[in-house]
Amino acid sequence: MYKIHITQQGYDFKTLRNLMAKATPARSGDYLAGVAAVNNLERVAAQWVLADVPLKRFLNEALVPYEQDEVTRLIIDGHDNAAFAAISHLTVGDFRNWLLSEQATTAALTAVAPGVTPEMAAAVSKIMRIQDLILVAKKCRVVTRFRNTIGLENRLSTRLQPNHPTDNPAGVAASLLDGLLYGCGDAVIGINPASDNLEATSRLLHMLHDVIERYQIPTQSCVLAHVTTTLKAIEQGAPVDLVFQSIAGTQKANDSFGINLDLLQEAHLAALELGRGTLGDNCMYFETGQGSALSANAHQGLDQQTCEARAYAVARKFKPLLVNTVVGFIGPEYLYDGKQIIRAGLEDHFCGKLLGLPMGCDVCYTNHAEADQDDMDMLLTQLAVAGGTFIMGVPGADDVMLNYQSTSFHDALYLRQVLGLRPAPEFERWLQQHGIFNAENQLQQLADVPALFKLPSY
Amino acid sequence: MSNDNEPTLAQDPWHSLKQFTPARIALGRAGVSLPTRACLDFQLAHALARDAVNIPLDFAELEQRLNAQSYQTLTLQTQAENQSVYLQRPDLGRLLSTSATACLQHSVSIPFDAVVVVADGLSSTAIEHHAEPFLSLLLPELQQKGYRLPPVCLVKHGRVAIGDAIAERYAARLCMVLIGERPGLSSPDSMGIYFTYQARSGISTDAERNCISNIHENGLSYQQALKKLLYLINEAEKLQLSGVNLKDETTDTEPNSQLKQANFLLD
Repeated sequence: MYKIHITQQGYDFKTLRNLMAKATPARSGDYLAGVAAVNNLERVAAQWVLADVPLKRFLNEALVPYEQDEVTRLIIDGHDNAAFAAISHLTVGDFRNWLLSEQATTAALTAVAPGVTPEMAAAVSKIMRIQDLILVAKKCRVVTRFRNTIGLENRLSTRLQPNHPTDNPAGVAASLLDGLLYGCGDAVIGINPASDNLEATSRLLHMLHDVIERYQIPTQSCVLAHVTTTLKAIEQGAPVDLVFQSIAGTQKANDSFGINLDLLQEAHLAALELGRGTLGDNCMYFETGQGSALSANAHQGLDQQTCEARAYAVARKFKPLLVNTVVGFIGPEYLYDGKQIIRAGLEDHFCGKLLGLPMGCDVCYTNHAEADQDDMDMLLTQLAVAGGTFIMGVPGADDVMLNYQSTSFHDALYLRQVLGLRPAPEFERWLQQHGIFNAENQLQQLADVPALFKLPSY
Repeated sequence: MSNDNEPTLAQDPWHSLKQFTPARIALGRAGVSLPTRACLDFQLAHALARDAVNIPLDFAELEQRLNAQSYQTLTLQTQAENQSVYLQRPDLGRLLSTSATACLQHSVSIPFDAVVVVADGLSSTAIEHHAEPFLSLLLPELQQKGYRLPPVCLVKHGRVAIGDAIAERYAARLCMVLIGERPGLSSPDSMGIYFTYQARSGISTDAERNCISNIHENGLSYQQALKKLLYLINEAEKLQLSGVNLKDETTDTEPNSQLKQANFLLD
């Protein structure tokens, strides 16, 4: 079925799962898993075959068996046939043409999103170049709300990530204030706790709540503890704005994270019940990343990019405020160098947006990856051109708790300047009101810390 | 480059907050961008971290230093042939090369109590700086316990689980792997120690290991690490296990009082 004869060479890819893996642009994780194409010709042969696969085929040939995997069941059972109607006659190759065409307006893309499965998105991304991924994602518009409005046109939000190696409150507060004074934090003020226990999580939740209340910041908080820890915190009455969880694209990988769809549902309902959003009720924050399923030996023979796209089906079910692909965190055995990280980040952003998700990206790398600040500048710039919903803001791009390099407050300001991108409107007003930004959204020259914030007199 | 008082630079009037965190706060800005000094500071830290990953460990020199203290050594290879393969194929860094396997076959006759393995891992500088001084504290302690030890195994391109294969070859009960940890910008030479009771290749999992991490100048001291390791050895001998069911109950000397430190944003 998935056969081709190309330059005197015959290929038979047998299954759709195999075909998808062979068609994926080269990356180390797929070699590690033993699913990648053995050479360039085999890869392109697979891309030719994939381009001729009808989109309908993805509804009939599950890449992970329906009976074995609740993510597959979620994708198949939740598929919106009415939305799919507009593209149901297309092959993967036609789908690419349609996405790039004038017919695929923002409205058309929004309408079709519930009819697109993760596998369809992954498949078409495999035959798209970087500029295609950017062009189409830029046309997608996903707007979410909690205490502000995320994802409007020509806006870029930032997650303020004031991590500290020991969760020291003054240490967290120092990075937090640094970020606010650089205009960062409208997507969320989100802390990765140094230790995932209830007491530490609750303490940080209360602290963030108190800061947001006291300074009337139009944003939301999140402590990135395991969902079960956050549920316990909710039970104890802790002020939870967004529920966080890392998610993956197979049931087995989610098992290894200690989660399943029922548990996420329970947490979603618990957060909705708190009703802490003032403008909307998008109250989930998910993180993903290519390679996470393989690292749990739970990739089920899938390539890592298809696995990643399937995680977005899990995210989509719970109407999140934010979804973040932490693209370069996992290390070079999955994404070897800057080239692989850059493409993966843009694929993830494209697939997420096509499926209707508020997709941001932690533009990041570790010190054992073949990558540096120049690579990050390229991904950062391309992501912003593609309309990326949000990026991270870490002091000086150096996360002193998680030991990796992300993006800095300065990086966000660079994008605002070169691309004219503004923060969420409610947050923008707050920044201007307190003299952090001027009316043109430029940082004010500060002779002193704004009157709002009182510094300790040391 | 002159100082930070150039008129083109905007200072951040919250410098004093640097006392609360090692994070790179209050960096100032040139326009909206990083000032030259902060930019080069970052590049310097990244260069040290990259070199720690990529500059090969001088195994001959390490052998000499250990031999000079009359410790026997054996240098072994994994199946990861070079650094690029090592980084992309963690599975190969857990397997001994054919020649290493043959070499160990010759040397085993009766069971040993413990094996000590040193692997370059992701930071050659960590091993270069910390392996020999730490071993010169650890090995006498092990000898004092009357443990029968094979030569210290120095492993090129090794992952943590390489210790399992070596422990199995020597039929050793205790396995200690000193390894260069993934370098952070602020700690390019951090060494970790992984301890496994009854380590067996392909069988032992991470849940069966205890880890003592962050051994470097600004992290855990050799004495602190040694104390933890000896505690784990004693408890493992009693309980006949290691890993998640063996809790490290030695107290960290870092005071917890800082948690009570005030948060100036809420005072």
